[in-house]
Amino acid sequence: MATEITLEVARYRPGVDSEPVMQSYQVPLREHWAILDGLTYVKDHLDGTLSFRWSCRMGICGSCGMTVNGEPQLSCATFLTDYAPGPIRVEPLHNFPVVRDLVVDIDDFMTKLPKVKPWVVREVQSPVEEGEYLQTPEELDEYQQFSMCINCMLCYSACPVYSLEPDFLGPAAIALAQRYNLDSRDEGADERRDVLSSPEGVWACTFVGECSAVCPKGVDPAGAIQRYKLTAATQSIKELLMPRISRRLNSRSQG
Amino acid sequence: MNHRRSSPEPLLWMLFSSGGMVAALMVPILLFLFGIAFPVGLLSAPSHAHLYAVLHNPLTRLVLFGLCALALFHWAHRFRYTLYDGLQLKRYAVPIVVLCYGGAVVGCVIAAGLLLTV
Repeated sequence: MATEITLEVARYRPGVDSEPVMQSYQVPLREHWAILDGLTYVKDHLDGTLSFRWSCRMGICGSCGMTVNGEPQLSCATFLTDYAPGPIRVEPLHNFPVVRDLVVDIDDFMTKLPKVKPWVVREVQSPVEEGEYLQTPEELDEYQQFSMCINCMLCYSACPVYSLEPDFLGPAAIALAQRYNLDSRDEGADERRDVLSSPEGVWACTFVGECSAVCPKGVDPAGAIQRYKLTAATQSIKELLMPRISRRLNSRSQG
Repeated sequence: MNHRRSSPEPLLWMLFSSGGMVAALMVPILLFLFGIAFPVGLLSAPSHAHLYAVLHNPLTRLVLFGLCALALFHWAHRFRYTLYDGLQLKRYAVPIVVLCYGGAVVGCVIAAGLLLTV
């Protein structure tokens, strides 16, 4: 086996490059090295000006998402040997503005995420002395997979709808909304409804399913979105057929 | 207090999703029976008179009409988004909506006409 592999890395240095250019680096091809180790080798030994984000190196922090040979990947969980003999093309995540080299600007997601109130909403907070909100294992199963999201943005990068409609709320934000909607302790589903069931919410999704295919944590955002579509459609048809009853129920549940 | 914009999208999606489900459940069975099993003699084909009687039962007509109508609306919704996103024609949204859902409505009328006149 070859002892080295070529990384073709997208470089964009504001003020120097007018557009991204590819630069090749030879890095050692070691069995246990991920793409991220290759990039770290470049930064330590070949070119200290290369910029990329990383933190935990173990698929927990969600910082090191990049486009590897055209596919969105966590660079810490994608191994050099899987791409031997190379070359391996490493680019920033698609669908986001590039700040520098492999670093992208995810402000759009950070603005959208709080709109779905991704936290447990309670009408009345019980005092701590009353103890925990108990939950059965079945109730935990309802939302647990959606709680595995690490906000790595691979799903946004893979989503063709997000690339066409930047206003789309997006896979991770909707999956995280469902993480709380499906939590037995949560009472915020009505407060999340306006955002989720808007045209930029679940209705923008055309169920391509790439978000679920690329998720490194096994979350199924496409499933979360389809499930919410059913909830939202059932509610609007109920309102259409029984406007008075559902209005009364709504005003009661919204206090 | 209700700031929700009313949109036909939930209703159209309901038709789309139920159309997909109904078509996925029923079309393979019908295709297998009438396309393979009866023609090649895997199953003995029912007589013309028998099928004719079955087709004249209002329930059969209703089920077949439901299948045709929902499958057509499934097509309309999918095709609309294929034109919007796949071919990047969203700027022609109005004629596309008219073509797709209008086409489905026309198809429903034809299906009803055929089912009632056989």
